[in-house]
Amino acid sequence: MISAAKLTSVDWLIMLLYFVFVLGIGFALKRYMKTSKDFFQAGRALPAWICGLAFISANLGAQEVIGMGASGAKYGLETAHFYGIGAIPAMIFVGIFMMPFYYGSKARSVPEFLRMRFDEKTRALNACSFAVMTVFSSGISMYAMARLIQALHVFDSLFQTLGLPPEGIFTFSIVLSAIIVLAYIFLGGLTSAIYNEVLQFFLIIAGFLPLVLLGLKNIGGWSGLKATLPVAYMHEWKGVMHASTNPMGIDIIGIGMGLGFVLGAGYWCTDFLVIQTAMASKNMDSARKVPLIAAVPKMLFPFLVILPGLIAIGLPTPHSVTTVIHNPDGSIVHQINVVSVQQSEGRGLVPAKINPVTGKAMTMADGQPLLDYDMATPNMLLHYFPTGILGLGLTALLASFMSGMAGNVTAFNTVFTYDLYQSYIHKGASDRHYMAVGRWATVGGILLSIATAYAAISFNNIMDTLQLVFSFVNAPLFATFLLGMFWKRATGHGAFAGLIAGTGAAILHHGLTLPIEARPGIHGGWITVIHHYPSDMAQNFYGAIYAFGINFLVAVVVSLCTKPKPEAELVGLVHSLTPKPETSHLVWWKRPEALAVAVLIGAIALNIFFA
Amino acid sequence: MNLDLRIPMGLMFSIIGVILTAFGAATYSNTELYARSLGVNANLWWGIVLLVFGQIMFHMGRRGQKRLAALPPEPVDETTPRRGH
Repeated sequence: MISAAKLTSVDWLIMLLYFVFVLGIGFALKRYMKTSKDFFQAGRALPAWICGLAFISANLGAQEVIGMGASGAKYGLETAHFYGIGAIPAMIFVGIFMMPFYYGSKARSVPEFLRMRFDEKTRALNACSFAVMTVFSSGISMYAMARLIQALHVFDSLFQTLGLPPEGIFTFSIVLSAIIVLAYIFLGGLTSAIYNEVLQFFLIIAGFLPLVLLGLKNIGGWSGLKATLPVAYMHEWKGVMHASTNPMGIDIIGIGMGLGFVLGAGYWCTDFLVIQTAMASKNMDSARKVPLIAAVPKMLFPFLVILPGLIAIGLPTPHSVTTVIHNPDGSIVHQINVVSVQQSEGRGLVPAKINPVTGKAMTMADGQPLLDYDMATPNMLLHYFPTGILGLGLTALLASFMSGMAGNVTAFNTVFTYDLYQSYIHKGASDRHYMAVGRWATVGGILLSIATAYAAISFNNIMDTLQLVFSFVNAPLFATFLLGMFWKRATGHGAFAGLIAGTGAAILHHGLTLPIEARPGIHGGWITVIHHYPSDMAQNFYGAIYAFGINFLVAVVVSLCTKPKPEAELVGLVHSLTPKPETSHLVWWKRPEALAVAVLIGAIALNIFFA
Repeated sequence: MNLDLRIPMGLMFSIIGVILTAFGAATYSNTELYARSLGVNANLWWGIVLLVFGQIMFHMGRRGQKRLAALPPEPVDETTPRRGH
């Protein structure tokens, strides 16, 4: 029934068409790449709407499309907190309060901003950890894509007709995506990456909107979905006061502080992966509007990426059935519809994980089958889409993986070239030289990603893995930026010590605590277990809170003991020493502040609606 | 940047729209194919939607480019004047 994609030439045609346009845009942009500023910063000349859509698209990789569907199937509508609490407030904050410093300082990257505001070593620390993280993320993206292509048997028929062994599909998928991403970034730099992110944004909508519409039609609309799922699944805020009364196992402090204030802000306000798109826009007003424009579709994305997961878990689970058909001519036919163990042991369209040795479904500690949530969204595509539109859906999925990779790779090549190569390896070379280095850094970054992809990861949920990595590196980061931008007394030594202490605290916290159903090891508790959390999400969120708190405290204490930078050097970098960005030349409703208020009202309204 | 993204994007969605619409129309009577999409000819209808979207994007891009060609180039990024092209 499901589990294998039966693709015909129409599907291939659509996929091919996408690849042609992606590469075509790269070639068309090549002639505009004259200086390193064109290559790394898109010439700082793009309109706000393009950068805004790229701003959310850069984050719309594997983590989002597959991970949010998986999370929707696992935790229900509570997943929408990643949007309402984890993203929207942070996006408003970065647009209104932080962008004036990022854009106005003329820094070419986030680590470079840290050097201007603090000192060389803070920048070096941030640049190195960031470079490692981008390569890691892009590798995960690649791995997830190759695994998905394998699971859906997308290239199986192609391999069969060519007489190639099916084991080669994993490598083929990785090499194909690597070559395409490499080609268009090598040619068109950040502009190419941003343009393709926008293209992918619309492709995701084109591929997933009909899926959600068909799914809702099948399950009986919103009320039908409500009727099939447990109550807690369909409420974003129900039972949030205590960890034991909601599916995610997290209380309001963990969500508000951990996800909203620390992890969300740490990601959307400091991660160069997304900030680079805002820094590429044409002027200060546009740069400030970029995250706010991005927040509008971001509010509506739960419908597109979380709902497929909810519908998948709500549908009836397929079982092997025997239908006896009495034909008019008197013959009796037994029609047996066999489904695999994966499907019948699963829930709805979410398959169970199968132990490859015994062929039986793997179970959790309480005897329930372990579900492969990451297959929720892909299985929905295969379940509802006939050939033709199936090609579109799969292309959208591939596009999301590739543009997630591309965002990481452009962030990596910029940070590597400006913050590592130009600063520590080879100073004062020509602009042409740095542009060439950037192009080769792209190649290097992709090769490292491939290596990461092969160092396969055995986690149940991609989302959890990424959140874990981000909580080590990103969570303490937001405290550093907050102090740097809003407290002129903060010093370089303070920032550096705070970052080290914050990341250390995050690692220590992970080593000392464990989610309740996990064994010590990769999920935590590898030093010794002194505290049990109700879920891994709760552990992540609280880890982030500790990391942030320790960073903040250490940075303040060390700053007070060390000599501050003279105020003249901090103009344009710290709030109290920078003139407010001038917006009076704009009509009131075109000002970033007006847009911010509108977004905020929309976000609150949506939260109340789904409470 | 002199390449307006809306033009290639509009073109791509228009072509995808045409392909899906044509395929949907050709398979109009094939009820077996559309059983999984609940009897809805998803290719035909979604193809038309994408075609309309693609055309809107394409024409907006063309209009924007014409307007840009008529106007003197607007200054970008206060410090560096835009290089002629």
